[in-house]
Amino acid sequence: MTDSQYKLWSFHGGLHLPGHKKMSTGQPIGKYFIPERLILPLQQNIGEPSEPIVSEGEYVLKGQLIARANGYISAPLHAPTSGTVSEITEQLIPHPSGLAATCIIIKSDGLDKWVQLSPHASYENMDPSALRNRIRDAGIVGLGGAGFPSFIKLNPGSRTSIDELVINAAECEPYITCDDMLMREHADEIIQGTLIMQHALHARQCLIGVEDDKPEALKVMSDAVKRLGHGQIKILAIPTLYPTGGEKQIIKVLTGKEAPSQGLPLDTGTVCHNVGTAAAVYQAVIHGRPLVSRIITLTGQGIKTPGNHEVLIGTPVNEFIEHNGGYHNRIGKLIMGGPMMGISLASDLVPVIKTTNCLLGQTQQEATDNNTVMPCIRCGACMDACPVNLLPQQLYWYAFARDMDKIQDYNLFDCIECGCCCYVCPSNIPLVQYYRFAKTEIWAQEREKKKSDRARNRHEFRLERLEKQKKERGERLRKKKAALNKSKSTDKKDNDKQQAIAAALTRVREKQKQHSVISKNTDNLTADQKKKIEDADKRRQQNNNEKVPSEEDSDS
Amino acid sequence: MQFNKSTSPYLHNTRDIPTVMRLVLLALLPGTIAYYYFFGWAILINITIACITAVICEALMLALRNRPLLFLKDYSAILTACLLALALPTLAPWWLIVLACFFAIVAGKHLYGGLGYNPFNPAMIGYVVVMVSFPQYMTQWLLPDIDLSLIQTLQLQFQGITPVSMTLDSITSATPIDSIKTGLSLDLPLSQITSSSLFGAVGGAGWEWIASGFLLGGVWLLYKDIITWHIPAGLLATLALMAAIFYIVSPEHYSNPAFQLFSGGTMLTAFFIATDPVSASTTPRGKIIYASGIGLITYIIRTWGGYPDGIAFAVLLMNMTVPTIDYYTRPRVFGVKR
Ligand code: SF4
Ligand code: SF4
Repeated sequence: MTDSQYKLWSFHGGLHLPGHKKMSTGQPIGKYFIPERLILPLQQNIGEPSEPIVSEGEYVLKGQLIARANGYISAPLHAPTSGTVSEITEQLIPHPSGLAATCIIIKSDGLDKWVQLSPHASYENMDPSALRNRIRDAGIVGLGGAGFPSFIKLNPGSRTSIDELVINAAECEPYITCDDMLMREHADEIIQGTLIMQHALHARQCLIGVEDDKPEALKVMSDAVKRLGHGQIKILAIPTLYPTGGEKQIIKVLTGKEAPSQGLPLDTGTVCHNVGTAAAVYQAVIHGRPLVSRIITLTGQGIKTPGNHEVLIGTPVNEFIEHNGGYHNRIGKLIMGGPMMGISLASDLVPVIKTTNCLLGQTQQEATDNNTVMPCIRCGACMDACPVNLLPQQLYWYAFARDMDKIQDYNLFDCIECGCCCYVCPSNIPLVQYYRFAKTEIWAQEREKKKSDRARNRHEFRLERLEKQKKERGERLRKKKAALNKSKSTDKKDNDKQQAIAAALTRVREKQKQHSVISKNTDNLTADQKKKIEDADKRRQQNNNEKVPSEEDSDS
Repeated sequence: MQFNKSTSPYLHNTRDIPTVMRLVLLALLPGTIAYYYFFGWAILINITIACITAVICEALMLALRNRPLLFLKDYSAILTACLLALALPTLAPWWLIVLACFFAIVAGKHLYGGLGYNPFNPAMIGYVVVMVSFPQYMTQWLLPDIDLSLIQTLQLQFQGITPVSMTLDSITSATPIDSIKTGLSLDLPLSQITSSSLFGAVGGAGWEWIASGFLLGGVWLLYKDIITWHIPAGLLATLALMAAIFYIVSPEHYSNPAFQLFSGGTMLTAFFIATDPVSASTTPRGKIIYASGIGLITYIIRTWGGYPDGIAFAVLLMNMTVPTIDYYTRPRVFGVKR
C-alpha cells in the first residue's frame, strides 16, 4: 500500500517526456555472462581513483580486492570473476573526454569462483561505523549514476541523527528501467538495504519515492514494506516528471526541503540514496558480497532486443551488446546513461562500470542533429522548464559573452545539467554545452588564480622573511656595537682585533668600489642621470662606512 | 564499433521557431476573418502588401549582413508584417504600409542585429514611424457599413481614387477611441458620442468582433503553451482597472472598461504584440510588471494624450524598461533563501 495521505511537494519546471519504458520491461532481468576479458578502470567513482594491489599474472578469485581505496573519497575495486590479472594498463574508459585511463585487465577462467566471504546474519547489533566500513570495503558507490562513495553519505557527520533517508526510485529519465526491474524482482533486498542504511544514519524516517509510471514496482515494493518494513518505511508514488530523480528534486518532492544552493542535502538533515545502492548495501552487509555486478538497461530503437541484464562490472560494452542480441542496423549513436544526461560513446570498446545504468542505442535518424541553431528569441521556454528555477537564457547570454562573473551571479553552479532547457529551446541552442564550457572555464580560472595566489604568497612570504632577517640582523648589530664600545678602552687585544677588522673593512670597501665602477654603465648619460648616479654612489659610500662586517653579513 | 559523439541531451522537442511562428500566425486567423467580414478586402490587401515588403526587406538585409537566407523560413518577418497590417488603418495608402514595414524590418530589427537582438518591438517601431510622420493618414479607418469592391479598394489604396459619389470623408473616420476623445473635448456627453453608428454593443461596431477574434486566437495560444498568461492578464487587467476607476468616478466622461478592452488594438496587443518574446520581459513577475506598464500608459495616452491610440508608444516605452525589470525580478533559485 502506498501512503496516499502523505503530502507531496513539487519543484518548478520539469518536463513530461515520452517514457519509452515498456520496450525494456517485457522480460525478466537476464543473468550475467562471463566475458573472456574484463576491463576495470581504477576510477569508477567520484573522488580519487583506487590503487592496484595485485600484479600482472596474479590469480584472483571473484570478489577479491584488487585495488584499494586511496584517501577518504575513494572506493576499492574487486575482481568481478575469477581469473588472472593479465595487464594493468591504459585503456579507453567511458568518460565524456573520451580519454584512456589506467585499468586492471582480468582474463577470466570461466569458473566464477568466489573468494571466502564473511556473511553477517543481522545488522541490528552492528555499530554504525562498522557498517560503514563494511559498505566501504565492498566498494559501493551511488548506483544511480553519480558514483559517489556511498559510505560517506551514510555518515550523519556532526549530527547525531538525520530526519529523512530518501531512497530514490524515481528513475525519471526516459528509456531506463533497471531500477524498475530491480524493484519488481528484488524488493526484499532493497527494503532490507534501506533498513541497514537507516540504522547507519539513525534516520528518523525512510521515504522511498517511486514515479507513478511504475505501478508493478510500486505494488511489489509496498508488499515488501508491509512484510519487512517494521512500519519504518513509507513507499510513495510520486508524479512522473523529469527530473524528479535528481537528488535535490526528489528530496523536495518527498520532504518539501530544499537543499541549499551549492550545499548538500545533509545540510537540511536529509540523505538520499538510489534503490540500486540499497540493494548493494544489503548484499554487502548481510552476504559480505562486494559490488561486482549490477543491472543495466539495454534499450533504444538501435538495439535489437531491449531488456535488462545483470552484468559483471568490467564487461566490455561491445561484448555485452552482442551477447544480448546486438545492434539493429539502423544504430547511429550509443549513449551510456539516459537520453537527457548520459554520455555519448565514441566507441563501444569501453567497459561497463559501476555507474553504468543504461546503454541506449539511438537510430541514425534520431542521432542526426540537423536542427539548425537560431538566435535566442528570449521566449523563456527554457526558464519555464528549468527545475532549479534558473534563467537559462541569461546564463546562455553570459556564457556566450564570456562574462564569468555575471554568469555566477545567475547561479551557474546550481545548474544540474538536466538538459530540460535544451530540450524545449525552439532555437535549438545547445544550452547545456555552454554551461559546461563556462563551468570548465571558471574552474580553470580558479586553478590559475590559486596557482598565482600561491606564487604571490610565496613571494610575499619571502619578502617578509627577508625583512625579518634584516631587522634581526640590525638588532644584533646594535647590541654588538654597544658591547664593542664598552670594551674598546679596556681590552687591548680587542683593539688589535678592531684594527684588523678596520683593515678588512677597507679592503671590502675598495672591492665594492671597484665592483661598482665596473658595473656602472655611464656612457651616454644625461647630466641629470649622472648626478643621480653620483648621489647614489655617495649614499652607498656612506652606507659602507657605517657598516661593520660581521658573520651575519656573510650571507648578504 | 565507432559512433558519432555529441553531448547531452540527445532528445529534443519538435517545436522550433518556424513552428512557433506558424502557430501564432494561425492564431491570428479568427480576428483576421472577422476583420474581413466587417470591412472587406482592404485588410487582405494590406496583409499582402505588408508581407511582400517584409520578405523583400528581410531577404535584402540578410544578404547585406551575410546571413544565410534560410532565416527567411523562420516566419518572423511575415508575423511582423501581419501584425502591422492589422494595426494600421484599414484604408492606409499602399506606400504607408510599405514604409512601416520597411522601418519595422530594417530599423526595428536588422539594424539591431536581427532576430533575437532587437530591444524594441519591430512592428511597433514601424507603426510609430508612420504615425508620427503621417498623422493625417492614420485616421483613414473604413466605416463599418461601407461596402467597397475589390477593385474600388485597390484603386483607393493604390491611386487614391475614391469611388464615384463618395468622398474619403464619407467612408472613413477616426477610430471609436479617437472620436470619444474628440467628442469629449467638445463637451459632448459620452452617451451621445457612443450613440453613433461607429459604436457597437461594447466596443466599436465590428471592431468588438475583431477583438473577440483575437481574444479567441490568444486563448488558443495560451492553451498551446506558446505564450504564458502573465502578459495578456497583466495588460488587460491594468487597463480594465484604470478604466473602471475613472468610469466609476465619472461615467459621463470616461468610457467603460469593456469598451477599453474591446476597441482599438487592445486584444491584438495583449495577445500578439506585447507577447513578442524578444522585446518583452522574460521573468514571470517581470512580464506582469511589463504588461501592466503597457496597460497603464495605453490608458493614459488614450484618455489624455494627443495620439489616437497609445498602444504603440506604450509598448516601446516599456520595451526600454525591460532590462531593468528583468534584473530586479529574477526568480528565486532552488535552494536559495529569500
Ligand atoms: S528557450 Fe532558447 S530561445 Fe527561448 S529563451 Fe531559452 S535559450 Fe532563448
Ligand atoms: S540544464 Fe541547468 S539551466 Fe538547463 S534546465 Fe537544467 S538546471 Fe536549468
